[in-house]
Amino acid sequence: MTLRAFRLASTGLLGLASVGTAWAETIGAPVSGQIGFQPPVTSVARDLQDFHNFWLMPVITIISLFVLALLAYVVWKFNDKANPTPSKTTHNTLIEVVWTVLPVLILVVIAIPSFKLLTKELTVPAADMEIKVTGSQWHWSYAYPTEKIGFDSFIKDQKDIDQSKGDMWLLSVDNEVVVPVNKTVVLDVTSVDVIHSFVIQSFGIRIDAVPGRLNQTWFKAEQEGVYYGQCSKICGKDHAFMPIAFRVVAQDKYDAWLAGAKKKFALGEAASPTVASAAVEQQTLAR
Amino acid sequence: MATAVSAHDAHDHSDDGHALPTGWRRFLFSTNHKDIGTLYLIFAVLAGLAGSAMSGAMRLNLMYPDNHYVFPLISHILAGTDMSDYDAAKNMYNVFTTAHGVIMIFFMVMPALIGGFGNWFVPLMIGAPDMAFPRMNNISFWLLPASFTLLVLSMFVEGSPGMHGFGGGWVLYPPFSSNAGTPGPAMDFVILSLHLAGASSILGAINFITTIFNMRAPGMTMLRMPLFPWSVLVTAFLLVLSLPVLAGGITMLLTDRNFGTTFFDPAGGGDPILFQHLFWFFGHPEVYILILPGFGVISQIVSTFSRKPIFGYLGMVYAMCAIGAVGFVVWAHHMYTVGLSLNTQRYFVFATMVIAVPTGVKIFSWIATMWGGSISLRTPMIWAIGFIFLFTVGGVTGVVLANAGVDRALHETYYVVAHFHYTMSLGAVFTIFAAWYYWFPKMTGYMYNEKIGNAHFWILFVGVNLVFFPQHFLGIAGMPRRYIDYPEAFAYWNWWSSVGALISGLATLVFLYGVVEAFAKKRVAGDNPWGVGADTLEWTLPSPPPFHQYETLPRIGPAAGH
Repeated sequence: MTLRAFRLASTGLLGLASVGTAWAETIGAPVSGQIGFQPPVTSVARDLQDFHNFWLMPVITIISLFVLALLAYVVWKFNDKANPTPSKTTHNTLIEVVWTVLPVLILVVIAIPSFKLLTKELTVPAADMEIKVTGSQWHWSYAYPTEKIGFDSFIKDQKDIDQSKGDMWLLSVDNEVVVPVNKTVVLDVTSVDVIHSFVIQSFGIRIDAVPGRLNQTWFKAEQEGVYYGQCSKICGKDHAFMPIAFRVVAQDKYDAWLAGAKKKFALGEAASPTVASAAVEQQTLAR
Repeated sequence: MATAVSAHDAHDHSDDGHALPTGWRRFLFSTNHKDIGTLYLIFAVLAGLAGSAMSGAMRLNLMYPDNHYVFPLISHILAGTDMSDYDAAKNMYNVFTTAHGVIMIFFMVMPALIGGFGNWFVPLMIGAPDMAFPRMNNISFWLLPASFTLLVLSMFVEGSPGMHGFGGGWVLYPPFSSNAGTPGPAMDFVILSLHLAGASSILGAINFITTIFNMRAPGMTMLRMPLFPWSVLVTAFLLVLSLPVLAGGITMLLTDRNFGTTFFDPAGGGDPILFQHLFWFFGHPEVYILILPGFGVISQIVSTFSRKPIFGYLGMVYAMCAIGAVGFVVWAHHMYTVGLSLNTQRYFVFATMVIAVPTGVKIFSWIATMWGGSISLRTPMIWAIGFIFLFTVGGVTGVVLANAGVDRALHETYYVVAHFHYTMSLGAVFTIFAAWYYWFPKMTGYMYNEKIGNAHFWILFVGVNLVFFPQHFLGIAGMPRRYIDYPEAFAYWNWWSSVGALISGLATLVFLYGVVEAFAKKRVAGDNPWGVGADTLEWTLPSPPPFHQYETLPRIGPAAGH
């Protein structure tokens, strides 16, 4: 089996989460009994999950099992019945050097892909479009400054959840954010009250929404579908009730949506305060 | 190990001067390190029960999604709200999350290991008649019930508008902990509670440092000192250097809330992230404060029950000092997602990974101590062996999280909760129980029941692994922490995790029963129930030791084989 095929198969196995098949849309949401990540649809998310699944997981599994094996061995071989006279050995320079140097080497090896991933996450490329994201107690607001639209995105009421339409309680929202596929989207994230945190696991992004600060992140979604996230910094009673939902669609569908959005969500006096603040250019405080 | 070469005087000579204190005065005005240690241990057990009740309630709530029974009922009982008031329930859940963390850290683990076993056994193991400042020792303890009272009071006054208590997590981040999020006095009660707890620990740390530096028995050089006092010494330095920064940060929060400052308020030119830097500058050394004394305990137990001196004593000393020192320069790995620059995150990834090396040295040294030994699987030893494996599991998930690139996906998820509970509930707590069974015969003169002690271990082992291992899955799948409810897809592993909590609760009952049984049966333990492997000074004293010991100081000679 080629390495690539192995990695693809393993990602699928570990992911256990991709509801979509090649012709249906991908859903970036958890699936019952899952032990792996949600399906990655950006190269950042793929690199992140690969680094975890193929570098970190094997290393930590081997180390843990090695320690367990050593413990089992010493208990079996050197228990007081098997070995009534203890040795007096308290030093062995070689082994002490090995168990210091070997972990250092393992860490150096891990550090190389680790730093590569980190650099990719934090180097914001040229934007195809920009969205301002504002967290507040307790919903998210989004503004597209160039397209001059802005809207609030509240959790969908439990009574309005229609599972046959794919709604999920605590994940579905009233107004999803719609973006075109294969475009670099830059997100500028802030808050108007307390700290929140903006997450979409399938995109491999997470950035805190801090009042008085404009944090930036980016993604380029390569698959159409709907991708969810949840607020990830405790912000009060409805911390668990302010989800994030991004719908990635083909360019023509996006253009159609945008035309309607420009009427429905035009940025103007009618926009809520949080939407308006999402649209306002804010100064970045010290990074 | 260093050996005592002169006879010691085991008889109580306190009658030449004044009578021994009795009754409530003996404990309220105590200047005796053993009595104060006992007070700390009792306090830690009671606080541990309170903290466990909170997490038990949380796990009961999380057993099923969309649970509208548990926290509406709790909020009804504690805050008098209506059973249909789900908003109050949500707030109460966050308050419980916060209180659980604060209680377990400041009122259970630290009092048990440092206040309890530290006070009891550091003087005994270094050949000192008491601590350097016995009266300051007293106030260190009694500050804690006062601190705990303030925390409990906070749960009954207003926090967020219309709600009781502070629900922003033990990390206390503004603006949620400022007037923006929690205008009511609950937060001020929490701040004042932490002022007292911090003062208690700072004074205690000063006491330990002075005692260990100045009051070792003649012949006990620093490098002949057992590893438990060494671990307490390093811990004391971490406390004395990190707690003042927490004190500064929470005092700035107090003045922001009440005296018009804007340290953390962007509207006044302040920065919420400043608080996080100040908090975690304390917060990271704090986690080493929580585990280092446990490391010392494990070294004593592994050596005793392998009937071998610790392998690589000097390496173990250096490892603890390295963990302590490097622990001061890694704090922002708790802040990878706040918007730090690439270079800043790179540095903290690198520095954090460095700590894995001395920690690995310790794990391998304990195993090397057992290698070639004559291992007796008594109750303290099985706790220690369980600890070595489970702490390794917790430690390696820490290495995963150290990588900021991956932390991007795992921060503030249940993966982090799993990591720190493996190192704390399965790490520090296992060391506390190991120390309990190891030193219970010495402290009380009674022997515990081995079958009950082993049952306690195995039931808790199954229970806590069942609680926390599935939480790795939940975190990787994306479940955020500090959540009262979760999407349906997370129900499966949450159910198993809650079953584990019930089993862990059962284990706690077995523990309590074992304590009662030991005091009831009064089996005499003798000076040294552990045999030749127990070669530190406390085992040369009677069980329990006299009110004053070492009135003639022991003389320490070189150890055989060192």
